[in-house]
Amino acid sequence: MATLNVNGKVVEVSADESTPLLWVIREHVGLTGTKYGCGVAQCGACTVHIDGQAVRSCAVPLSAVTPEQKIVTIEGLSPDGSHPVQKAWLALDVPQCGFCQPGMIMAAAALLSQKPRPSDEDINAEMTNICRCGTYNRVRAAIKLAAEGGEARRG
Amino acid sequence: MTTALELSRRHFLAGSAAMGGLSLGFHVPFAGEAAAQGAAPEINAWVVVKPDDTVVVRIARSEMGQGTLTGLAQLVAEELECDWSKVTTEYPTPGQNVARNRVWGSFSTGGSRGIRESQDYVRKGGAAARMMLIQAAANQWGVPASECTAAKSVISHAASGRTVTFGQVAAAAAKLEPPKDVTLKDPKDWKIAGKPLKRLDTADKLTGKQVYGMDLKLPGMLNAAIKDCPVFGGKVKSFDAAKIQSMPGVRKVVPVGDSAVAVVADTWWQAKTALDALPIVWDEGPNAKVSSETIAEMLKAGLDSNDAVFVGNAVGDARAAIATAARTVEAIYSYPFQNHACMEVMNATALYTPERCEVWTPTQNGEAALAAASEASGLPISKCDVHKIHLGGGFGRRGAVHDWVRQVVAIAKEMPGTPVKLIWSREEDMLHGRYHPVTQCRLVGALDASGNLTGLHMRISGQSIVAGIFPQNLQNGRDTVVFQGLNPTGPEAAIGYTIPNLLIDHAMRNTHVPPGFWRGVNLNHNAIYLECFMDELAHAAGQDPLAFRRKLMAHHPKHLAVLNAVAEGIGWGSPAPAGVYRGLAQTMGFGSYVAGAAEVSVSDDGKLKIHRIVAATDPGHAVNPDQIAAQVEGSFVYGLSACLYGECTVKDGRIEQENFDTYNVLRMDEMPKVETIILPSGGFWGGVGEPTIAVAAPAVLNAIFAATGKRIRSLPLKHHDLRRA
Repeated sequence: MATLNVNGKVVEVSADESTPLLWVIREHVGLTGTKYGCGVAQCGACTVHIDGQAVRSCAVPLSAVTPEQKIVTIEGLSPDGSHPVQKAWLALDVPQCGFCQPGMIMAAAALLSQKPRPSDEDINAEMTNICRCGTYNRVRAAIKLAAEGGEARRG
Repeated sequence: MTTALELSRRHFLAGSAAMGGLSLGFHVPFAGEAAAQGAAPEINAWVVVKPDDTVVVRIARSEMGQGTLTGLAQLVAEELECDWSKVTTEYPTPGQNVARNRVWGSFSTGGSRGIRESQDYVRKGGAAARMMLIQAAANQWGVPASECTAAKSVISHAASGRTVTFGQVAAAAAKLEPPKDVTLKDPKDWKIAGKPLKRLDTADKLTGKQVYGMDLKLPGMLNAAIKDCPVFGGKVKSFDAAKIQSMPGVRKVVPVGDSAVAVVADTWWQAKTALDALPIVWDEGPNAKVSSETIAEMLKAGLDSNDAVFVGNAVGDARAAIATAARTVEAIYSYPFQNHACMEVMNATALYTPERCEVWTPTQNGEAALAAASEASGLPISKCDVHKIHLGGGFGRRGAVHDWVRQVVAIAKEMPGTPVKLIWSREEDMLHGRYHPVTQCRLVGALDASGNLTGLHMRISGQSIVAGIFPQNLQNGRDTVVFQGLNPTGPEAAIGYTIPNLLIDHAMRNTHVPPGFWRGVNLNHNAIYLECFMDELAHAAGQDPLAFRRKLMAHHPKHLAVLNAVAEGIGWGSPAPAGVYRGLAQTMGFGSYVAGAAEVSVSDDGKLKIHRIVAATDPGHAVNPDQIAAQVEGSFVYGLSACLYGECTVKDGRIEQENFDTYNVLRMDEMPKVETIILPSGGFWGGVGEPTIAVAAPAVLNAIFAATGKRIRSLPLKHHDLRRA
């Protein structure tokens, strides 16, 4: 039995300690907004925040997470889709199939919390998530829109 | 009129109850909700209006990111004259379609056909529903329907000043006979269609609420992981289930067909962990020695062969023109296998009993998935159904072949009454794709003394997708899809040049690696071959590549119009920024005319930067310009990923690339600016999901030649040293 803090709630999970955090979140905590895309930390679809940092949860075993660490998933980024990144995404109709977007949004939110006015180079360096539909230019525009909103420090 | 829908839902619920343990409380994306709940009258198959004026538009095609769901709803809403803010959508199931004599037509969502192929009947569905709603209001008021009008879900009788909402007359309208004659609006009068409206499916994609197939949960559901023989055509020789039976969560080890083994466990991670530990001995079969090299040799031999050669386009006598030419130019190009690599790996959930089989899956063709479920379960189609879920990417992988549906049904059949969700690992997805066909192409051009193109022979050697998937559709052995973009004429994919002596033929050379329809399909390599070679010919003739093309395009005004548009957009003929070079390409496919112009630079150490691409597309009619722009941008990411990195190589009969670490794709740092020009010239309906993908690579490759003097004739670019010679 392991104790996790997910989206502000303390949850007890019964999973082998080698289980990737991604699958603990999906199959034990029951939150499926965090996606499996590759399992080898290449695509970023599984991105969550641990203590505010963007982390690829497919590459983090349960044993590496402590009860004190605050895990935030896409479901916990805002109660109602009102995080500035989510609002910018909505304003620009960013998603196509949408499957990679929870990871994109979590990566973008972490970037903006650390760099409220990211340059294109900052965005290139931090946003390495894969989108096969090809939403990259709208993702970039939405990050800039959220940055202009000036309230991206949340989350 | 809702009988079939209600029956279908009751059928499932009754069946569920009989299996025990399944309650109504779980959240499953059922189709047919609105009609099944009884309160909402179905005006016709396409339109349901609830008493609160909510309009439910039924969507038969699948939403996989391409925006078709929103576009089709716009077309229905346009004719319905409803309030767009009240529009929602739902998928009918393929089982309901079969039960209702295919009232929704085709469910197939590929070939960029979602809108262009169904626009006529969905618009008529919207228009007929409007007429019935107006008639119901007119009957209520005792006035002629011709005196009533509808706008924004309100019907008005101007003479008396009376109004009524759609929701208030929907029940009465649903009882009326549908009109026999329906007139559609002139697109120039559109108010909802043709506008850059926001997508209907965005909100849930931002919060994690959107349930994809991989996310589905059913009570009592178990999870399965699968391994199919990594060598195509191989089989399972043996496996030692006892070795993993006591691992955590493991419920069952199931052979699937004669080539695969699945592990069913409480969680998917447990299933995968146990499967990875399962000793499996493969009988690799007759293809165990095949490699990329042996395949390339076979294709190369096809470049000169007269065996199994099919003609796609023949004008005059190309061979004679080449033999007598003042000058000839010759080049050999090639294009590799590529995986679709949808972000969401293949998956499906099945619930089987001896009486009924239900499947939930992301599919580009619900009816094909239904047929697969029926065959795999051994139950007639009337006892099966498929519940469609928005796709986490499709790109052609989830349309023609439903191998994963057959698998999940075979597994579920071993566990009657228990829902089983099968998720492929990314490695399984990479090793068992339906790959972009592999081809080579020899082009020989004949130039006269003035540098005019007098003859061209284009010999394509390689795989036929149709032979691999629908061999019954071959025409006397010929795969007509091979000649996409190269056809003499026609509304689908005609060549844009008039060449006095032309021969385009195909030496069919199929491999054991299964081919599939891969976004853009054959147009991808055909456009590279022809458009890069046009560039070669222009340079050989000492002519500007745009001017050289234009001379051949006088009889192809639509092709020429999009080419001219991108030439103007990129500033062709005016100086580029220092160190920046340009390339052009045009083609026609999926009913649309497209062109692209790229600006690139190549650093001294050979690093490519694609600065921008200007794209023009003439799809005849533009239903949602903002989503067309999204498709154009997205298609370039797909096409440039293929151009820069996309390659699946074969060794010992199997694909070597198992994940994104060895199958890289374009990411944000390499994404060029994209400027989309939409030139809907009217009079026809073309697709927009695929055609522009084909011009990305040749425009970039031609720009690379301009920058470096290096002619790239094989992909991907990652194998080439781009430093200037």
